[in-house]
Amino acid sequence: MNPNYLEFEQPIAELDAKINELRLMDHSSGLNINEEIARLEAKSAELTRSIFSNLTAWQINQIARHPQRPYTFDYVRNFLTDFTELHGDRAFADDQAIVGGMARLDGIPVMVIGHQKGRDTKEKIRRNFGMPRPEGYRKAKRLMELAAKFKLPVLTFIDTPGAYPGIDAEERGQSEAIARNLYVMADLPTPIIVTIIGEGGSGGALAIGVGDHVMQLQYSTYSVISPEGCASILYKSADKASEAAEALGITAPRLLQLGLIDEVIAEPCGGAHRDIPFTAQTLKASIKRALLKQLNLPVEQLLDIRYKRLMRYGQYLEH
Amino acid sequence: MSWLEKLLPSRIRIQGAEKRGVPEGLWVKCEGCDAVLYRDELKRNQQVCPKCGHHMRIALRERLDQFLDTAGREELFTDIAPVDMLKFRDQKKYRDRIIASQKTTGETDALVVMRGRVHMLPVMVAGFNFAFMGGSMGSVVGEKFVRAVQAAIEQKSALICFTASGGARMQEALFSLMQMAKTSAALTRLSKAELPFIVVLTDPTMGGVSASLAMLGDVQIAEPNALIGFAGPRVIEQTVRETLPEGFQRSEFLLAHGAIDLIVPRPKLREKIAELVAIMQHRDAPHVTI
Repeated sequence: MNPNYLEFEQPIAELDAKINELRLMDHSSGLNINEEIARLEAKSAELTRSIFSNLTAWQINQIARHPQRPYTFDYVRNFLTDFTELHGDRAFADDQAIVGGMARLDGIPVMVIGHQKGRDTKEKIRRNFGMPRPEGYRKAKRLMELAAKFKLPVLTFIDTPGAYPGIDAEERGQSEAIARNLYVMADLPTPIIVTIIGEGGSGGALAIGVGDHVMQLQYSTYSVISPEGCASILYKSADKASEAAEALGITAPRLLQLGLIDEVIAEPCGGAHRDIPFTAQTLKASIKRALLKQLNLPVEQLLDIRYKRLMRYGQYLEH
Repeated sequence: MSWLEKLLPSRIRIQGAEKRGVPEGLWVKCEGCDAVLYRDELKRNQQVCPKCGHHMRIALRERLDQFLDTAGREELFTDIAPVDMLKFRDQKKYRDRIIASQKTTGETDALVVMRGRVHMLPVMVAGFNFAFMGGSMGSVVGEKFVRAVQAAIEQKSALICFTASGGARMQEALFSLMQMAKTSAALTRLSKAELPFIVVLTDPTMGGVSASLAMLGDVQIAEPNALIGFAGPRVIEQTVRETLPEGFQRSEFLLAHGAIDLIVPRPKLREKIAELVAIMQHRDAPHVTI
């Protein structure tokens, strides 16, 4: 099984393997290989379209966690300039599961903050699989306050399985670190544009996810608990994860429909990793549009709108 | 069964068995020191063992009843009720879980808000009811908490929150996560009004509640030996594959790590909070006999 393809993509993987074989074949055999390749490529694209037009929440969850999925730094590289990474929380450490720094978006000065997962095993460990500890959230808070001081709008990129559940994280106040960020972001006097680019894992995601415009890539997820976690608690069985994913409604279109996010950003067929520059340009266009809109508002009005939006969350009956 | 018991008439045997058992409800065994305690005495001591000081969980209404002055209490926002908009269904329907919890607790949801006084000082109190779906925070809890903040601002009083919660209410999916942002945002308004927010962390306070309003107090108080943390101990154990240190995530552990201000035994909470609120609001010291 090709690890670059997910389980439900295996028919596509087989077809693509055949195409590669043909490409490597001896061209002197006299057969018209190019025609055959073109035919198979069309078939592969058609197959991808048909598989991707009908994905379950669980399958989307797998795409969001795809090992080749673009991470925060991939977007920074692709559409920001003059990026300088800033490190550390000034109290304990530099958590590499959250990265941030100053940059420009088409010349506009911005502060960028995002979760960062690793590509190879070594980097995955260094970045703790994108699961921040309190010092990560405190670094993020420091950068947000720095952004407010210099009137830099904040762009955040969310991609985490969740805040790290470890002994050291608890000792240093994981709860307080997350809570403090929610509090600070609610009232940060500069625009905040939030994009969920991969996994939006619960409080660990929300801790950099309060903002004025919340967007989600088409195959990203955002949830109060992982489908596996929900399955083992509520369904008493970890293999009900796919059912739990459906019930939790973790996908972008569903959350847009529920009014919990503002915009869904289309990904190329097959997912963002199939064409990172294209995904980056689409995302950039949406961020810029949102940013220009927010930058036009006086700060007081911006904060008032943000507050009212936060107060609207929730569904209840009032007799 | 011995030969003697076999010979005994059955009537005598049954009476003997009854005598050995403790009559239901009169005596309670302390989970801390195994002492057998008289239920009424335990209640008078606010469910704290008079022998070893072990804090048992106390029903929310009982707690509020003992915390507030008898005069001038008023429960607020009782007409806000939960609704299953998502038609969430796991092993049971969320709708059925709500109805079952409402029946067993007699409450509409997991948060009770009351206006009242503590040693004559006006306060707003929000209390989590752990008996209602584990004190989980969904839309109703979030909304009632926000209104409690607004009501505190209107009457210019302190807000005191007793937390007891497993975290966000999964059955409300992302709506419940957003209550963390909503409640935390509301507290920025209380701060701007320069009104005190005192959190009393009780056993247990975990997950999404811990990672939002419960850690944003101006003064963070915990009851002794309460379990307080972000991730549950079992989840951490499975992640790090180590045995957790003794007393991990308990109040005393949090105090030692600088996460809370003080630990106050339940029977002293009323006096301590009155004292703190009076100082923060520049009022005369309450007439307290400690």
